[in-house]
Amino acid sequence: MPNSSDSLTDLGIAAIRDGVAKGDFTAVEVAEAFNANVAAAQDALNAFIVTTPEMALEAARATDARRAAGQPLGKMGGVPIGMKDLFATKGVQTTAASHILEGFKPEYESTVGQKLWDAGAGMLGKLNLDQFAMGSSNETSYFGNVISPWRRNDGGNAPLAPGGSSGGSSAAVSARLCPAATGTDTGGSIRQPAAFTGISGIKPTYGRCSRWGIVAFASSLDQAGPMARDVRDCAIMLEAMAGFDPKDSTSLDLPVPEWEAGLSGDLKGKKVGIPREYRVDGLDADVAASWDRGIEWLKDAGAEVVDVSLPHTKYALPTYYIIAPAEASSNLARYDGVRYGLRDLPEGAGLQDMYAATRAAGFGAEVKRRIMIGTYVLSAGFYDAYYTQAQKVRTLISHDFKNAFTQCDVILAPTAPTAAFGLGEMVSDPLAMYLNDVFAVPASLAGLPAMSVPAGLNREGLPLGLQIVGKPFDEQGVLNAGLAIEQRAGFAARPQRWW
Amino acid sequence: MSVDTATVAKIASLARIKVSEAELEAMVPELNGILAWVEQLGEVDVTGIEPMTAVIENKLRLRDDVIDADPLTGGGRRDAVLANAPAAEHGFFGVPKVIE
Repeated sequence: MPNSSDSLTDLGIAAIRDGVAKGDFTAVEVAEAFNANVAAAQDALNAFIVTTPEMALEAARATDARRAAGQPLGKMGGVPIGMKDLFATKGVQTTAASHILEGFKPEYESTVGQKLWDAGAGMLGKLNLDQFAMGSSNETSYFGNVISPWRRNDGGNAPLAPGGSSGGSSAAVSARLCPAATGTDTGGSIRQPAAFTGISGIKPTYGRCSRWGIVAFASSLDQAGPMARDVRDCAIMLEAMAGFDPKDSTSLDLPVPEWEAGLSGDLKGKKVGIPREYRVDGLDADVAASWDRGIEWLKDAGAEVVDVSLPHTKYALPTYYIIAPAEASSNLARYDGVRYGLRDLPEGAGLQDMYAATRAAGFGAEVKRRIMIGTYVLSAGFYDAYYTQAQKVRTLISHDFKNAFTQCDVILAPTAPTAAFGLGEMVSDPLAMYLNDVFAVPASLAGLPAMSVPAGLNREGLPLGLQIVGKPFDEQGVLNAGLAIEQRAGFAARPQRWW
Repeated sequence: MSVDTATVAKIASLARIKVSEAELEAMVPELNGILAWVEQLGEVDVTGIEPMTAVIENKLRLRDDVIDADPLTGGGRRDAVLANAPAAEHGFFGVPKVIE
């Protein structure tokens, strides 16, 4: 029975929920232990933009009181979590890691957030991210880089990227600052950071989680999902997050399956597709080897492995880098210095000058770059050549998956082409940074459920992730294949505490 | 297609982002690099292919035509709407004068 605060912070969602319910420890003890870890790591890792220890304690006291009164504790009863600072939190600053939203305190709670609090979770704080979720390394935040808790085994102390855009979430979960965190995934922003930090994360089918109250980036791609230590914890938290919301026009009006109860690592009768186009020339040798091991693990779990083809894979990234900026340029038009956030009103300026000055001062370089690209591809005379063409190619990419899923139940691939890279190594070349999402973006464009699970360490001692992509609505199939890998990978590595 | 400084200035103006001359100069090669890369989509045969409109089949719903059916998104919340405005005056959003 864990009793020291260190062992409490080693627990995941299921262990905390069950331990609190049984009375092995109180929810307040859990919240205090995580609050202490959050505070101790903040200067070194910069994982949080705002910490809310009192809110974590308040939720924990409520859980303990419900237990004392013999009331049900909820799916997340007693579990403190971190919230990516892309979710509107009532009365708590919500910035999307941008200057333009600095100081913004929403008057309402996001649907996903409200569901989590209703399920008994508490909030440890708002997690850092790439500005407006645009980035793959958490280096575009106005509030500074997040430092990965992981280091290479070469004895050097080079600071590494925790991945992005959910870099605060990935760093915090892997460093044991929280047992789980919310993430959002537009083109890999849950899966790639999960892979970089040796944790699990799932992006559900587009529409499973309400987008209401999540700062919009590219609305046809944005999906929220959990990031946690293992597959079971992801299943529990996704159950708490998902569900129909009339306030989101693309919300799926479907019951939420009992994913935790349905977990099974037995894949007998299942077919796993290996997409041949993902085996690109020059694929990192350690990544290729971990993929091969993953194939063997799934065979060992009873699955039949089949070769599948996704012929338009090479066009997924350029398609994404037209569609996502186009939607972003439209979504981010709302930041105008009038209704919320920053206003820059130069002396004597008119309304148009105020818009332009506010947006120049409030957006970071990568955000401006994407707004500019989006504005260009949507502008008169170029719309068909870029945007319409990209949406047609997106249809073809979606068809590729439909065809592949006539031959298999899930697809197995690496999550990212490399392990974590060093901070600063990629920032000078936007295209090189974009290529990091080459394996993650196709499933986003097709709206499919996809998850990353830890698969081992590379020769530098850094985590590698394996990705499972499933059919629409088949989160269960994805989670089960993830569980089969988890049971065989025996991934127990964790960052050595240096902070 | 590639963009020149004048085109980038025009895009910035459309996007309502003030950019300095130096920023414009830096953006031209960056945007051209990205545009040259995305142009490979032009080689894909899309004959007879419809542009994607929804990744997951869904039906657009209409809400019931009831006032304040959901108080969160209903009316009568002026103060909450204005709470984060940089300049709220007399119950309105304040902006610089727009007519002479």
